[in-house]
Amino acid sequence: METLITILAGVLVTVATYLILSRNLIRVILGTAILSHASHLLIMTMGGLKTGSVPLLGEDSETFVDAVPQALILTSIVISFAVTALFLVLAYRTYQETGADKLHELRGFKDE
Amino acid sequence: MLSVNLVIIIPFLIAIIIPFINKKLTRVHIGWIVLLVPAGLFIALASYIPSIASGQTFAHTIQWIPTFGVNFTTYLDGLSLIFGLLITGVGALVVHYSIYYLSSKESLNNFYIYLLLFMGAMLGVIFSDNIMVLYVFWELTSISSFLLIAFWYHRKRSREGAQKSLLITVTGGFAMLISFIMLYVITGTLSVREIIGVIPDHTDHVLFIPAMLLLLLAAFTKSAQFPFHIWLPDAMEAPTPVSAYLHSATMVKAGIYLVARFTPVFGGDAIWFWLVTGVGILTMFWGAFNAVKQMDLKALLAYSTISQLGMIMSMFGMGSAALHNGYSTDSVIYTQATFAALFHLVNHSTFKGALFMVVGIVDHEVGTRDIRKLGGLVTLMPATFTMAAIGSFSMAGIPPFNGFLSKEMFFTVALNIMELNIFNLETWGSLIPILGWVASVLTFVYCLIIVFKTFLGPYQEEKLERPAHEAPVGMLTGPGVLSLFVVGIFFFPNILGDYLLRPAMNGIFPEFVEGLGVEIHAWHGFELELFMTIAIVVLGTLLFVTLRYWKGIYNLFPETWTFNTLYNFALHQLEEKSYPVTRFYMTGFLHDYLVYIYLFFVVVIGGTLSYTGAFSFDISDNVPISRYEWIIVMVMMVAAVSILFAKSRLTAIILNGVLGYSIAVLFVLFRAPDLALTQLVIETVTTVLFLVCYYFLPEWKKEDAPRRSKTSNAIISIGVGTVFTTVALAVQNGKLFETISGYFENAYELAGGENIVNAILGDFRAFDTMLEVVVLVIAGIGVYTLIKLKPGKEDKNVEDQ
Repeated sequence: METLITILAGVLVTVATYLILSRNLIRVILGTAILSHASHLLIMTMGGLKTGSVPLLGEDSETFVDAVPQALILTSIVISFAVTALFLVLAYRTYQETGADKLHELRGFKDE
Repeated sequence: MLSVNLVIIIPFLIAIIIPFINKKLTRVHIGWIVLLVPAGLFIALASYIPSIASGQTFAHTIQWIPTFGVNFTTYLDGLSLIFGLLITGVGALVVHYSIYYLSSKESLNNFYIYLLLFMGAMLGVIFSDNIMVLYVFWELTSISSFLLIAFWYHRKRSREGAQKSLLITVTGGFAMLISFIMLYVITGTLSVREIIGVIPDHTDHVLFIPAMLLLLLAAFTKSAQFPFHIWLPDAMEAPTPVSAYLHSATMVKAGIYLVARFTPVFGGDAIWFWLVTGVGILTMFWGAFNAVKQMDLKALLAYSTISQLGMIMSMFGMGSAALHNGYSTDSVIYTQATFAALFHLVNHSTFKGALFMVVGIVDHEVGTRDIRKLGGLVTLMPATFTMAAIGSFSMAGIPPFNGFLSKEMFFTVALNIMELNIFNLETWGSLIPILGWVASVLTFVYCLIIVFKTFLGPYQEEKLERPAHEAPVGMLTGPGVLSLFVVGIFFFPNILGDYLLRPAMNGIFPEFVEGLGVEIHAWHGFELELFMTIAIVVLGTLLFVTLRYWKGIYNLFPETWTFNTLYNFALHQLEEKSYPVTRFYMTGFLHDYLVYIYLFFVVVIGGTLSYTGAFSFDISDNVPISRYEWIIVMVMMVAAVSILFAKSRLTAIILNGVLGYSIAVLFVLFRAPDLALTQLVIETVTTVLFLVCYYFLPEWKKEDAPRRSKTSNAIISIGVGTVFTTVALAVQNGKLFETISGYFENAYELAGGENIVNAILGDFRAFDTMLEVVVLVIAGIGVYTLIKLKPGKEDKNVEDQ
């Protein structure tokens, strides 16, 4: 299953890269969101998907799944959410100020 | 006696306090205070003469960066003493001269600070034994000379001249730094004396020749040798005291000093011999040839300086041949060349300093330096005329002036060197005396031009800005003293020879025990050298008289065929060509920069992976895949790929939501309840945010990029995805050691929590969580400010500027 999830992450990275390379601001932000999905999946897979119990000590079990990657991903989810939110507001403000939502229309000030 | 380290430091200290003194003493010309520095240092250095003459040397170390072997070590021997005396002696005269030359309306503070900086740096160059410290002082001379050339910074030509000299000398300086690092690699020491001691064992080292070439580049650029001489004529935009000091007596001799100091390191090698001698002779000829056609007196003197420096350089080159065979009576003969070089070095400083000051006086009194406007000043400025005549005839090499002695010695060694049977001298050696002789004839011609065109002929008052009259005594003192030296050295050359030149020879030829140096005789019988001098006088006079008939040959060369044009062209082209190159890749589009980053990623990471063969693929360890997982994974793949083809924004956003929720389901399957919960909430909020933006943004248009760019984007994306997957798979199969997760399973005993993930977040690794909260807070503040704070009209204008 690790191989399958890794390939899925690879597909997500490909899609994200293509979106980030596009000219539309919303598409770029969407691309970064998908990229963070891919990295979360990768961290999960790297920890190994060995069968085991949920990492709760109340469960009476011999083996637990790896808890460290889960903690890392939890941190990462929150941070990527913060960044995405800021990006979105930035895009919104950019559009409001300049009237451009295409990246190649954003060329700085005219007299520069 | 004053320690040599202090001698270097004092000018810098005085330079710091000059502005404060100037503020307090408003009535006294600040130059009088400054004058005390070089005069005092001259006396201090002169007190070393007896002990140096008896063969002593003085070394003194102040630690600077001892862990790297970089120490402020000074070494005083005969060679550095000559330069030290020249710097302080001519320095004192120049400062005295400048007191009368510069009016108090000029920014004297700046002038004397720069001059003292230069003086300290120059003393540092010649006394430093540590090559890194030597380099530091070397660059300081470049910088202070840059400041002095552009002293009248409101003039365009001053700024251009300063820029040019800085570019050229600093290029050489960098070459020198590289050369010094190479020397350190070769010998393992930074001390010049120690390098000289161990270098005979390392002459086969692969860096020996590169180090030599780079060192010579530094010396040639600093000493204005062909073809790097072009900065010197332009540096004549500096005030005349600066030209007299820097560009005749001191800075341009730094390169000569470097060659002399490193002769025991590199001398004896054919490349060194031919480069130093050949470039020197060529420079001597080229400078003299160009000096004749100059119309500006200072430009003429600049070219004559170039020519004389070339002559000194070539003599050092010829002297280095003596090191080829080591110490023997045969090779000692050739050390005469070095002796003559040192002798002419002193002579040149005396007469060229005097000549520059004389030209400054003429300029100062009548307002022009143009030869075509001058004439007939002999009766009006008799003292100035006398000094000009003494200086010029000494430079021309006729008795009873010191230039005669050194020029005769030059011919002697140039004729001797032809008989040396090394370095292909039997075939090319005869060029040396011939070129030297032709250059001397031309030297004679331009010396006559200085004297006769300026002081004799018709007096043309209407062309002058001010009617001519004799300069004040104070202004005449400097050139007067130097002229006395010019004549004095002719009559008593051996005082100089015994007390300064002979000890200096030991610095250049440390292995040679005795028999160095010669008695200098004004009269040495009817030798070939004497007839050469007579021929110079006869032919030179003839050429001067017929000057206007043959001057046409200078027009044979097109005006644009000069090294200056080449330099300007190169500089211009560098700017012109670098602009489109920068424009080509700095497009300003985010897309292009991302492409560079991704390409780099694919090429470097992918390349490393395939080059090292690190990729391995193994699925035997895998956990079996259940039906649910297959379904979820397929759903995600389809959703991800469909985003690319989504016709409307809404579809894309919802597909992104599908991805997010599927991941939440995957987290459930992977037994990560906290992750699943968080992912669900966050994905919901993110989707809402996307939808809010969707409401405010314009209609989703189809990607309107051209097809070609779409294809290349697709190729890059697939490349990135492939490299990513390959690396991930390779890493999975390269497990090196067990995880540390077992430790966290003691969460209850260690932290009192049953939820291991929460225990890690809140207890074991709580710093991550704290900073993550900070990230959230900052993002919140960012969102708030972006929405709330909007610049008004006025602010926007400020931004636009």
